[in-house]
Amino acid sequence: MSQQGYVAAPPYSQSQPGIGGFSAGFGPPNSSLHYGHYGDPNSSYSAPQPGVSKSTVPLGPSAPVGPPPPGTHQFSQTNFQNGPSTPGQQPHRFQGPPPPSNTGPSYPPYGHQSQPAYPNTASTSSTTQLANQLNSMQINSYGPGTTPSSRMSSGHPASFQGPQLPPPTQQQVALPPGSQVPPPANNVNGLCAQPSLPPMARQDGIPGSVPPNPNLQQLSGQPPGPGYHPQQANYGPQMAGSQLSYPGAFPGGPAQLSGPQQKKLDPDSIPSPIQVIENDKASRGGQIYATNTRGQVPPLVTTDCIIQDQGHASPRYIRCTTYCFPSSSDMAKQARIPLAAVIQPFAIVPPNEAPLYVVNHGETGPIRCNRCKAYMCPFMQFIEGGRRYQCGFCNCINDVPPFFFQHLDHIGRRVDHYERPELSLGSYEYVATLDYCRNNKPPKPPAYIFMIDVSYRNINSGLVKLICDELKTLLDKLPREEQEESSAIRVGFVTYNKVLHFFNVKSSLAQPQMMVVSDVGEVFVPLLDGFLVNFQESRSVVLNLLDQIPEMFADTNESETIFAPVIQAGMEALKAAECAGKLFIFHSSLPTAEAPGKLRNRDDKKLLNTDKEKTLFQPQVNSYEALARDCVANGCCVNLFLFPNQYVDVASMGLVTMYTGGTLYKYNNFQLDSDSPQFLSDLRKDVEKKTGFDAIMRVRTSTGFRATDFFGAIYMNNTTDVEMAAVDCDKAVTVEFKHDDKLNEDSGALIQCAVLYTSISGQRRLRIHNIGLNCSSQLADVYKTCETDALINFFAKSAFKAVLSQPLKTVREILVTQTAHMLACYRKNCASPSAVSQLILPDAMKVLPVYMNCLLKSCVLVGRPEIPTDERAYHRQLVMSMGVADTQLFFYPQLLPIHSLDLKSDAVPAAVRCSEERLSEGGAFILANGLSMFLWLGVSAPPELIQGLFNVPSFAHISTEATLLPDLDNPFSKKIKSILEHIQSQKPYNKTSLCLHSFFMPLIIVKQREQPEMLFRQFLVEDKSIYGGASYVDFLCCVHKEICQLLS
Amino acid sequence: MATYLEFIQQNEERDGVRFSWNVWPSSRLEATRMVVPLACLLTPLKERLDLPPVQYEPVLCSRPTCKAVLNPLCQVDYRARLWACNFCFQRNQFPPAYAGISEVNQPAELMPQFSTIEYIVQRGPQMPLIFLYVVDTCLEEEDLQALKESLQMSLSLLPADALVGLITFGRMIQVHELSCEGISKSYVFRGTKDLTAKQIQDMLGLSRPAVPVQQGRPLQTPEQPGISSRFLQPVHKIDMNLTDLLGELQRDPWPVTQGKRPLLALSIAVGLLEGTFPNTGARIMLFTGGPPTQGPGMVVGDELKTPIRSWHDIEKDNARFMKKATKHYETLANRTAANGHCIDIYACALDQTGLLEMKCCANLTGGHMVMGDSFNTSLFKQTFQRVFNKGFNGEFRMAFGASLDVKTSRELKIAGAIGPCISLNAKGPCVSENELGIGGTSQWKICSLDPSTTLAIYFEVVNQHNAPIPQGGRGAVQFVTQYQHSSTQKRIRVTTIARNWADAQSQLQHIEAAFDQEAAAVLMARLGVYRAESEEGPDVLRWLDRQLIRL
Repeated sequence: MSQQGYVAAPPYSQSQPGIGGFSAGFGPPNSSLHYGHYGDPNSSYSAPQPGVSKSTVPLGPSAPVGPPPPGTHQFSQTNFQNGPSTPGQQPHRFQGPPPPSNTGPSYPPYGHQSQPAYPNTASTSSTTQLANQLNSMQINSYGPGTTPSSRMSSGHPASFQGPQLPPPTQQQVALPPGSQVPPPANNVNGLCAQPSLPPMARQDGIPGSVPPNPNLQQLSGQPPGPGYHPQQANYGPQMAGSQLSYPGAFPGGPAQLSGPQQKKLDPDSIPSPIQVIENDKASRGGQIYATNTRGQVPPLVTTDCIIQDQGHASPRYIRCTTYCFPSSSDMAKQARIPLAAVIQPFAIVPPNEAPLYVVNHGETGPIRCNRCKAYMCPFMQFIEGGRRYQCGFCNCINDVPPFFFQHLDHIGRRVDHYERPELSLGSYEYVATLDYCRNNKPPKPPAYIFMIDVSYRNINSGLVKLICDELKTLLDKLPREEQEESSAIRVGFVTYNKVLHFFNVKSSLAQPQMMVVSDVGEVFVPLLDGFLVNFQESRSVVLNLLDQIPEMFADTNESETIFAPVIQAGMEALKAAECAGKLFIFHSSLPTAEAPGKLRNRDDKKLLNTDKEKTLFQPQVNSYEALARDCVANGCCVNLFLFPNQYVDVASMGLVTMYTGGTLYKYNNFQLDSDSPQFLSDLRKDVEKKTGFDAIMRVRTSTGFRATDFFGAIYMNNTTDVEMAAVDCDKAVTVEFKHDDKLNEDSGALIQCAVLYTSISGQRRLRIHNIGLNCSSQLADVYKTCETDALINFFAKSAFKAVLSQPLKTVREILVTQTAHMLACYRKNCASPSAVSQLILPDAMKVLPVYMNCLLKSCVLVGRPEIPTDERAYHRQLVMSMGVADTQLFFYPQLLPIHSLDLKSDAVPAAVRCSEERLSEGGAFILANGLSMFLWLGVSAPPELIQGLFNVPSFAHISTEATLLPDLDNPFSKKIKSILEHIQSQKPYNKTSLCLHSFFMPLIIVKQREQPEMLFRQFLVEDKSIYGGASYVDFLCCVHKEICQLLS
Repeated sequence: MATYLEFIQQNEERDGVRFSWNVWPSSRLEATRMVVPLACLLTPLKERLDLPPVQYEPVLCSRPTCKAVLNPLCQVDYRARLWACNFCFQRNQFPPAYAGISEVNQPAELMPQFSTIEYIVQRGPQMPLIFLYVVDTCLEEEDLQALKESLQMSLSLLPADALVGLITFGRMIQVHELSCEGISKSYVFRGTKDLTAKQIQDMLGLSRPAVPVQQGRPLQTPEQPGISSRFLQPVHKIDMNLTDLLGELQRDPWPVTQGKRPLLALSIAVGLLEGTFPNTGARIMLFTGGPPTQGPGMVVGDELKTPIRSWHDIEKDNARFMKKATKHYETLANRTAANGHCIDIYACALDQTGLLEMKCCANLTGGHMVMGDSFNTSLFKQTFQRVFNKGFNGEFRMAFGASLDVKTSRELKIAGAIGPCISLNAKGPCVSENELGIGGTSQWKICSLDPSTTLAIYFEVVNQHNAPIPQGGRGAVQFVTQYQHSSTQKRIRVTTIARNWADAQSQLQHIEAAFDQEAAAVLMARLGVYRAESEEGPDVLRWLDRQLIRL
C-alpha cells in the first residue's frame, strides 16, 4: 500500500529538484559530517541523504501527473481530523492519553491515508492539501480571532487558490468561504507569477507547505496541562509545491483534474509566533508562577508574570531547552533535542519579586557536599533525624555540621526549612570566606578605568568631549550596594593614541598630572597611588581632568592608534592595584601603529562562502587570545565602544571583550548629533549596571549527565570552570548537557549553578541557582516540555560558535537537519499516525521553524558581500552572550502597528507578525529587535498621524534624517513617545520588570518605497530576505521535505 | 731671577701650570733616569681677574697638523707681516685684520705677559646652559622635602636663560614635560628596561621627522627649539611651573619598602640631552638616596635581606651586580662625555649608594660627586649651594664642554693626561707611543670645568742623547682650551709656556733646583691612583715604593 501511495505522489518527484534548489539557500542536508558537537555526534547526518535518494526514486517513476480525484475523500478526512471535532479517523487517539503506544499503531494509518491522498495530489502537490488542512485547523483554533475569513467549518482552502500576492492574501483568504470553489486551472502560470517564492521553489512547487499546528486547538480549548496529546494532531498532508491539486481534491474535483492549482499557503494558517506569545500571555500573564514543582515549564519569556521562588531557580535565571530530560542517552540521541540550560546568573528581577537572600555562615563558610562539593540546597535530603544529609547530586551521605543541625518534622523536613533560604529557595547567595578569595586575601573593591582614544578622529568628531562631559555626571552614579552611601568603586583615566597617557588624579593634587608611557611594546603602569581614586574624594581633580582632556588634544593630528597595549595597560593597572574591574575603551579605528596587536585590513569579500570564510570570524593575530587569558586571570573585564568609519576588524578587537565578559558596542559612522543619545544611554547603562567581578561559575549536575559545553562571553581554562572577568545582568551562559548514564525518573535531573564573584562593594560571594528537571523514558514528555525560545538561544550560540571552525554552509545545513530531525522524531514516536505528507509539529515547538528560519537568515550565517564583515562579527559576538529574552526579540523582532492606537489607554498595541503582508500603505509601524528600532510609514499613512508625530503636513515632508521624534504636545505624539520609551526601557513584553535593554535602540525612520526600506525589510523575518534567506513558508516546506526523507 | 719657588708660584698664578721639573733634561735617557716624569699640572680655568678676554679670534698656524696659536714665543717679522710658528716653524701670514701690526703696536697675544690669553669666539650659536635635575623619589619624606627645597632654591640661582629639565625616578622614571599649560605631563619609562638612545628619543617624540631632501639645496638641520623645549625650558619661563612641580613631587607612588630605584634615569637623561643638545654644555645633576636596585645599573637586589656588596665581596669577586653595573655606567659615562655633558652625583644615604659603580660617571665627565648622610644635612645643602657659586663678575664658576689641545715643541711628546677628561683620540706628531694615564692623543675633552679643575699632563722627552739641544734652547708647550663659558660664550684660552733645557750631566744642579716637590707629589699620586684602578693593589704599592727609592 504504502508503496503505491508513494508512487502516487508525483509532486515529490517533481519537487525533488526543488530540494536541491532550496539547498542553495540552506545547503543540502547530506554533507554535514564534521560538525561534531552539534547535535548528537552519533547519529550521523548522512542519514538524510540516503533518505532523499530513496524517496525520490520510488516517487519518480510513479508520479502521475494527472491527479485522480480520489484524494478528495481523503482530504475531507484530514480536514476533519484536524478540525476540532476530530471525528476523523483516529478519534480514539484523543481519548486516550498521549501514550507512547501511539507510535506503533500510527503507522498503518499513515499508509492508508497516504495512499489515497497521493493519488489526489498526483500531479499537483500536496501543499494545497496542507493548506487546506492548515486552514481548517486554524479556523478551528484561531478561528474567531485572527482569521475570520476562514471560519468555514469545512475549512477548505479554496480560498488559497490562485496565485495570491502577499498583501492581498488576507483578503483572498476571506474569499474562500465557498471553500470548495474550484481553483483556477492555470496553476502553472500562477506559479510563475508568484513573486514571493524563490525561483527554485517555484519549479518544484515546494514552497507551499505549511502546517498549522494542532495545538491551536488546545490553545483555544483545552488547558495546557494534561491535555497535551492533541498536539499530536497532525497537520494535513502537506506537500510543498505551490501548485496544489487540492482544490481538485475537494469537491471541486474537476478543477483539479483540469490542472493542478497553485496555491499559496495562507500565512495565517501557519503557526504564528505572535499567536503563541499572545496565547501564553493570555493564559499565564500577570499570574504568579511558583517554582515549586520539578520539571515545570515556565511561561514564555515574553509573558509577564510574577515569579515566586519555591525551591527552583526562577526562569529569569535559568531556562532550559526542555524541562524533562530523556532518561537514556539513546533516547536523547534519537530525539536530538539539545539538552541545555541558559543561565543568566545576574538577571535583574523586577521589584515585585524577592531579591536574593544572602546566607552568611560566618567563618565556616557555605556547607558543601564532601564528595561533589555541591552547595547546600533544597535538593539535599536530610536523614537520620537531621544528623546527616544525602547529597542530591552525588548521593553521598554527609554529616550535618553541628551548628547547622536541626530536627526534622513528621514529613522528614527540617523544622527550619522555611527559615533558611538555602533549604527552601532555588536561588540565594552565600557570603564567601577567605578560602574563596584570590590569594586568601579579602578582595578590594573593583575599579573602573576609562580609556579614551584621543586620536584625530575622535577629537574631530567631538566624541572625546562628549565622553568627558558625560563622565562628569556619570561618575556620581557608579553602582553601589543598596545599603551603602557611596560607591566603593574606584576610577582611573587613560587616554591614548600612539602612546598611552595615564593621569594622576590623587585628591591631594591641585591639578591632575599626566604621565606618558611611550614604551608600547612592553607597556606598564607608571603609577599606582593616585591612578585609581575614589571619585568623591578626588572630585575636583577628576573634573578638572575631564575639562582639560578635550583641550589638551584639541590640535592633535595623530591618526594612528594602538589597541592591545591599551588593554594590557588597563589590566596591569588592575593587577598592580590587586583588584578586579572593568575597562571602558572608546576606540575608533583599526590599530595600525607599530605595537603589539597591530592589525591590518584583512576584510576580503572573496572569502565569502568558501571554507576560509571562518577566518573572518577568527582573530587576526594570536596575541589577543593570550591577552584575553591574562585579563581573565586578573579579573579585568573589557568593555569596548567602537566608533568605526570603516573596517576595524571587530573579530580581532572584540575578542578580549568577548572572553572577559565585556560588552561590545558599535556605532558606525558616529555622528555627534544623531548618535550621541544612543551612545550615552549605552554608556550610562553599562556604568550603572550591577556586575559581578572576577567570577567563576561551576555547573554541577546529579549523576547520569553532566555539562559538556558552554557558550557565552566566557573563558574556559579547563572543561568545568567557567571564568568570567565580569558578569553583568545581561550576560547569559548557555550550557549543554550530555548523558553519562541512565537518568533516574524518580530523582530527576538536578542542576546547580554556583557563581563565585566579587560584588561591587568588594565582597566575595557565591550565588547559587538550583533547578530540578524531570526525566522520562517517554519521548512525548520530552517534547511536551520543550522551550522553543531557549532552543533557539542554544542553536544560535552553538551555530555562532561553530562558524569559527566550520564553513557556513555546513553550519546552516546542520541547523536545518537538526530541526528536521527533531520534528521527524516527534512525528515518528509521538504523533498520531497521519499521512506522510503531513507536517506535524509538537505543540511546544510550533514556532521552532519560524524562529529557526530567522536564525538562518541572521547575517552571521549568510555570507553576502553587501553585509559588512564587521557587522557579522559584531552580531555574532552579541548573540553569544545573550539571554533567552534577548535572542527571542533579536531573531523575531517586535512589530507594532501604531496607526490604530487607542489613545486613551496606555497599553502597548498588540504585536503583529514580521511580514510585509502585515504592513499596510495606510499604516505606521514600529519595529524593534533590541539593537535598533524602526518607524515605518506607509505612503498613505493617516495625515493626522503624520501631523501629530512630525508636525509636517504630509508624508512627503517627513525627513528621515531625524533619529528622534520631535516633542509635540498632542495625544499622538505623546502616546507614541510613551510607547517608544516603553520599548526602549523595558523588555517590550514585560511591563513590570525593570529589565533594561542592554542596548539603546536608535530610531530609524523609514518611509515606504524609499531606499532605507531595504534595511527595514531585513527585519521582516517571515518574508523572503533580500539576502537570499527563505520565507517562512518556504522554509517550512523545506523542513517538511527533510522530515519526509527522514521518515521514509 | 728670583728663586725657583717664586718662579713656580708666579707661573702658577699666571698660567695655572706647574711642572714637576722646571728645567728639563735634554734627552730621553736623562729624563727617564729622573724617575719622576716630566709632567705638569694644568688648571685650565685658573681664575685670572687681571685677564680680560679679548674679543677676537686667535690666529692659527696654517699647517694643518699644527694649528698652534700665535703666542709671545713666536718670531714675528713685522715688516713682512709674517710669523713663524714656534712649534712647527711654519711661516705664516698675518690675517688682514693684523695689517696695522708693528713692534710698537702688538696685539695682546704677542706680549710676554699674555702667555695666557683668553679669546671670546663669536661664531656659532650661543647655547644656554642646561641643568637637568635627576631626582630620586624613593626618599624618606623628610629627606625629600629637604631636597625639594634645595632644588627650588637652586632655581633662583640659575641664570634666567638657562634651560632646566626634571627627571624623577623611583620604580619608574618620569621625564617631566615643562612647557605644558594646565596639566603637568611627564613621560614614563620602566626602570627595568635598558633602552638605546634612539628608542628613548622615539618614545619621547624627539626623533626628528625626516627632512625631505630638496634638490639643489644643501640639507640644513633646521633649529627646532620646539621639540626639545618640551622638556628643557628657560628658567625664567617655567620658574613657577617647576617650583610647583617640585612641590607636588610625591614619594614614589609604588609602595615598596625599599623602593626600587633604577638609575636608568641617567641613561634617559643622557638620551634626552643627546637628542636635543649635543655638544653644548649641560649638567646632569643626579640626586639619589640609595643604591640602584633594578635595571641594568642595579647594584643590589631590592630585597632588604641582601646587604649591599662589601669591600670583602668585591675583593673576593663576590659582588654579583658589580661588573655589570660598572660596565653599564662606563658606557653611559662615555656617551655623556662624548656629548660634552657632565654628570654630578649627590648621594645621600646612611648606607652605601653604589658610588663605586657610578664613579666613572662623575670622573669621566668632570662632575661633582658628593656623599652625605641625608639631604637634610647642612653638608649637602651647603655643598649644593656652592655648586652654584658665582665668581666675582657674577658668573658661575663653571664651564662646560671644554676640549684641551696640547701642542709641544718637537723635543717633547705627550704621554697622557690624568684628570676628569676623556680622550678625543687626536693623533699627531706630538703624541707619544708610551702612555701615561689617558694617552694616545693630544686632545682631551673635559665636560665640565671649574676654576679649580686641574689635569695632570705627562710628557716624554724624545730628544735623543746624541742630538743635543743647543745651549739656551727652550722647550715650549701650548695648551689650548676651548670651552663654553657660563655666560654661554664660547671661549678659547691659550696658555703657552716655555722651559729651559739642561744637560742632565753638566747641569744637574739646575735641574734639581727646579724640581717642584709639591707638583711632583701630586703627579705621582695621580699616577699611582690611576694605576691602582687597573692593577692589583699590592703591585701599585710596590711600584710607588720603588719609584720613591729610585728617586
